Amino acid sequence: MKEHDSGIRTYIVVWGALVVLTAVTVSVSYVHLGMMNVVVALLIASVKASLVALFFMHLRYESRLVWGFALTPIFFLVLIIAGTLSDSLFR
Amino acid sequence: MDPATAREAATLGIWTFLATEVLLFGGLFTAYVIFRIQYPQMFYEDHLKLNRVLGALNTVVLIGSSLTVALGIAAIRKGKVTLLRFYLFLTILLAATFLGIKYVEYTKKFSHGLFPDTDIFFSLYFMLTGLHGIHVLAGMVALGTVLFLAGRGRYSESYHTPVEISGLYWHFVDLVWIYLFPLLYLVG
Repeated sequence: MKEHDSGIRTYIVVWGALVVLTAVTVSVSYVHLGMMNVVVALLIASVKASLVALFFMHLRYESRLVWGFALTPIFFLVLIIAGTLSDSLFR
Repeated sequence: MDPATAREAATLGIWTFLATEVLLFGGLFTAYVIFRIQYPQMFYEDHLKLNRVLGALNTVVLIGSSLTVALGIAAIRKGKVTLLRFYLFLTILLAATFLGIKYVEYTKKFSHGLFPDTDIFFSLYFMLTGLHGIHVLAGMVALGTVLFLAGRGRYSESYHTPVEISGLYWHFVDLVWIYLFPLLYLVG
């Protein structure tokens, strides 16, 4: 973990973006878009998660090794969900 | 082990632990996906019974607590122990607020006869938010310990690895909620 000038202003901006995105996702949820509601909600959640990981969790400044450790569980999560779905959907 | 190597090892350690946490919640998320596809009507009707405003409020509370942890770490990186303690205290306060709101929500659900055994949606709702709540509690204990040790002068500009590590754990708790909130409250 490299030391760096962890810009306080950056943290505030990221926090502001997270609050705005929360407001957006709640507002959109009142509009009926069918399946698109799920897509939009997950998309916004993923943008928020990325912001938290990159800035608050300092992933931006981490080595490739740490990136590997952080991303591997996402691969397995997708594998578990896809694998289970491939069974339950075609039963 | 030199300090830089020790810190690198600690960082990899917490990310490994967080990987197991992703998969712990992953099992429940998988159940959510499967049952949502199987019972779309139930998920739609039940998610309307959750309080969207309280859920959103709690989201903002947790995001705020992530900010205060980040600011606390920024403070100790410059050796400001008092500022670190202030931000840690604020974080724990926000965590308690989150649990307080969760308590209000649970009480409301119970009074409306909605329990973990009501149906699959509420089963998942209580399991997911309950497991997350336990993580919030664990985070409060971890941050509380760091707050206590900071008071004893354990951390400085040159050594504050435990602050960073428990901070990473806390951000993870926020991350889980970032997904739980839309999945349970917004799209059902």
